[in-house]
Amino acid sequence: MYAIVAGGGKVGSNVTRSLLEMGHEVTLIEQRPDRFARLEDEFGPVVMRGDATEISVLERAGLGRPPELLLAVTGDDEDNLVISQIAKEGYGVRKAIARVNNPRNQQHFDLLGITQTVCATTSILGLVEHEMPEHGLVRLLELQKEGLVVVEIQVEGGSPAAGKRAGGLGIPPGARLISVFRQGRTELVEPSTVMRPGDQVLAIVPKGSIPELRRALLGAAS
Amino acid sequence: MKGVVIGCGRVGSAVAQGLAANGWDVTVVDENEDALVRLGPKWRGGFVVGHGMDTTVLESAGAAEADAAVVSTNGDNTNLVIGQVLRERYEITTVVVRVLDPARAKFYADRGMRTVCPTQTAISVLLDTVRSTTPQPSSAS
Repeated sequence: MYAIVAGGGKVGSNVTRSLLEMGHEVTLIEQRPDRFARLEDEFGPVVMRGDATEISVLERAGLGRPPELLLAVTGDDEDNLVISQIAKEGYGVRKAIARVNNPRNQQHFDLLGITQTVCATTSILGLVEHEMPEHGLVRLLELQKEGLVVVEIQVEGGSPAAGKRAGGLGIPPGARLISVFRQGRTELVEPSTVMRPGDQVLAIVPKGSIPELRRALLGAAS
Repeated sequence: MKGVVIGCGRVGSAVAQGLAANGWDVTVVDENEDALVRLGPKWRGGFVVGHGMDTTVLESAGAAEADAAVVSTNGDNTNLVIGQVLRERYEITTVVVRVLDPARAKFYADRGMRTVCPTQTAISVLLDTVRSTTPQPSSAS
């Protein structure tokens, strides 16, 4: 497989090393002279010096072949977005994965069709939620293209949902309660299923409606 | 008419003043508070301090109600992304984006963005001036 990696910081250089070890062909683009020199010591001709947002630089790196994979992993979100757009829209690169440095910029990537993104901050926050069960709602899986998130919700004694039927919870449009895990068993949720304290509810919900779903089952966020 | 100008440098500030002089209600966005002085002591329009990638900044500048937007920060890629956000998210029909790199300006112009490339303009004007003020060389082979 041929891959272009744009940005030779910690992420770009480590990914390049791993891809090379896996036997793939890689070109790594780095603009900063000091970084380029260090990378060249390790990777030799795999590294190319230049601004990866310049179309001529990307072309010299072989964007026209096109590569099976492009990774836009610079420390600048605007750069990563533009690199991904040029690759996908201009050169038919099928797989462009972009790094999101600031999670607030995720919405721009989603809006502009760069659906495959990785954000370290968001991933770490997901783990924090997972490790802090009192939080009540854990994001298990984000389906970026669909705009949906699979979440797990822990119903407590004081939760508004406790003792109510699933059909009468007033969950947001587009959301579905899938199953409840109780006493070591999983049951699919029917409108008549009564929620009990201790239930772990698996749900699928449009990304923007998570707070609403949380309110419907758990009440106001603590 | 409501206009939003992102980036209050030499270009952005002059565009904002020009639109205001034509009666537009203009709000300018810049990361740097000091950039306000570029709009002059008589500036009556809006000024929001913040980054144009920040949707709360764009919204407080009135992006949702704007008829036109000009994006002219000092970063090509920043301008290209903000320009697309203004067009796609806030559905502003007239969005003009300054892009210094001719190749990227053309790439995005080919995909429906209104890009303005001062570099390309300078190249064209310089070439035209030299060509029109000097005798044509006999066709060199």
